[in-house]
Amino acid sequence: MSGPRETEGRDVVLRVENVWKNYHGHHVLRGIDLSVDSHEVVCLIGASGSGKSTLLRCVNLLEFVDDGVIHLDGEEITDVRADPDDVRKRIGMVFQSYNLFPSMTVLGNITLAPRKVHGVGRARAEEEARELLERFGLADKAGAYPDRLSGGQQQRVAIIRALATRPRLLLLDEVTSALDPALVGEVLEIIRELKATGMTMVLATHEMGLARDIADKVCFLDGGVLLEQGPPEQIFTEPRLPRTREFLRRVLEARRV
Amino acid sequence: MTHPSGGGTADAPGSPADAYGALADAYGALADAPGDYSEGGWVKSDRQRERERLRRRRDLRSSSVATVSTVVFVVLVVSVVTASPGWPRVKETFFDLGQFTGAFPDVLAGFLLNIKIFLIAEPLILVVGLLVALVRTLHAPVFFPLRALAVLYTDVFRGVPTILVIYLVGFGLPALEIQGVPSDLATLGVIALTLSYGAYVAEVFRAGIDSVHPSQRAAARSLGLTQGQAMRFVVLPQAVRRVVPPLLNDFVSLQKDTALVATIGPLEALRQAQIHAADTFNYTPYLVAALLFIALTIPMARFTDYLAARSQRRRGA
Ligand SMILES: Nc1ncnc2c1ncn2[C@@H]1O[C@H](COP(=O)(O)OP(=O)(O)OP(=O)(O)O)[C@@H](O)[C@H]1O
Ligand SMILES: [Mg+2]
Repeated sequence: MSGPRETEGRDVVLRVENVWKNYHGHHVLRGIDLSVDSHEVVCLIGASGSGKSTLLRCVNLLEFVDDGVIHLDGEEITDVRADPDDVRKRIGMVFQSYNLFPSMTVLGNITLAPRKVHGVGRARAEEEARELLERFGLADKAGAYPDRLSGGQQQRVAIIRALATRPRLLLLDEVTSALDPALVGEVLEIIRELKATGMTMVLATHEMGLARDIADKVCFLDGGVLLEQGPPEQIFTEPRLPRTREFLRRVLEARRV
Repeated sequence: MTHPSGGGTADAPGSPADAYGALADAYGALADAPGDYSEGGWVKSDRQRERERLRRRRDLRSSSVATVSTVVFVVLVVSVVTASPGWPRVKETFFDLGQFTGAFPDVLAGFLLNIKIFLIAEPLILVVGLLVALVRTLHAPVFFPLRALAVLYTDVFRGVPTILVIYLVGFGLPALEIQGVPSDLATLGVIALTLSYGAYVAEVFRAGIDSVHPSQRAAARSLGLTQGQAMRFVVLPQAVRRVVPPLLNDFVSLQKDTALVATIGPLEALRQAQIHAADTFNYTPYLVAALLFIALTIPMARFTDYLAARSQRRRGA
């Protein structure tokens, strides 16, 4: 398997090369190239339907690419012989709609993967889960069922659940979109804290404020093409392409209520 | 509340997104400091007292209307039936107290066999149904023959009337004279009912599994759970919870269908009633059997209603 992990002294966690994906002949991703270094935070921005979620789902092998390759830590995960379950063990994913398991308590949700996938003993898994809950201000919710939590609390639990397996890479798909503005802040706080601890993350987001604040690199997707990428200062203040400028103008206008 | 407040810190000051952030801050502040409304000062207002009085009066009126209309209805039905020309004869053949008490012990003893058949068939049906439903969710190519078999099974046994299955199993299986095939009639009845109901219950389970949103499976797989683990720990628990009311409904129907086993001969309630009726040309024993079946199914039916109402309430909440 090819794909040098160390390039120019950088530690590349994720490398996406010329990835194509189509649904029923409709091309959703058109030759995406993207590279994510260790401890780097990458934000995917772009209009609805531009392919942000699809790209994340391809990285997590929830969808199979139609062409191109994806490397995780130098190993080709799009290889047909690669074990998807093994790849997903190393990648955490958080969804827009939380997707907590309603039949389990918060603690059950968080400890499921460590116990069943990573073979951690129950006592230790629960202890670690409680530590995480404590750290993110949810210690009193350990025994609660998801339907008794607010949206913001559910999303924070979903993030903790993804963290509990100590993933190499965390994918976050519009984790604040379903939330009341009052609850957005508490979720953003967690993401900032994760960045501070050096977690490697790829986020699809409509929150330009978040992208500006925490991204090391912002990628603008348009119709399945990664049109422009660069540091947030550059993308938000002097985008090179007219398409990018147009998109940002519209987003900021829409937000100016 | 322990959450850190405010989403606005993400934005550079003066940016348009900042206005949005400020809004979020304002909301956050509201959520953090709920008003301090003590309940001690509340005195029920006259308007509320009047409202409650009217509500009580309305409730009282509705229940008295319900009672009166029920009584009128029952009196009407009873008088029409007892006034009919054939009533004395019907009363004699169906409502004979002497026959009732005479047949009761035998029919009750038979009924215990019905309960036994039911109690043994029910868990078997659950196991068969669940296995068949799970086999139908396996997508690996190796399992193709199994999957095809499961489809064939549900198609065939949902299509053939239960009473035919009982005939075929009851008379056909022993006729094969294979070593180890049971010849006990009640056992054959259990096998037939399991085959027939297993097909229905498999479809109920399958519908429950399909009703769990795909995002639940995606979340489970994204955590590294295998397909089997996702099914076992995430999908099935939700599916089973949802299908409990329809399953109980099937079991109410199974309880009375244990009487179909009478057609191949074991001495259960209906068979005992037939024997008594044949001796005396009086049909009261059938009434005994009917009452026993009702006594068993009504609690089950009410329990099903209760569970359905509870899940409805939960979804509404
Ligand atoms: N399973 C699917 N089957 C068919 N089409 C799909 C499927 N999933 C996504 N698509 C299509 O792919 C395109 C890209 O979808 P995607 O969800 O990746 O967009 P997105 O950038 O995440 O949008 P949003 O910001 O609204 O979440 C859309 O046109 C969508 O209709
Ligand atoms: Mg999306």
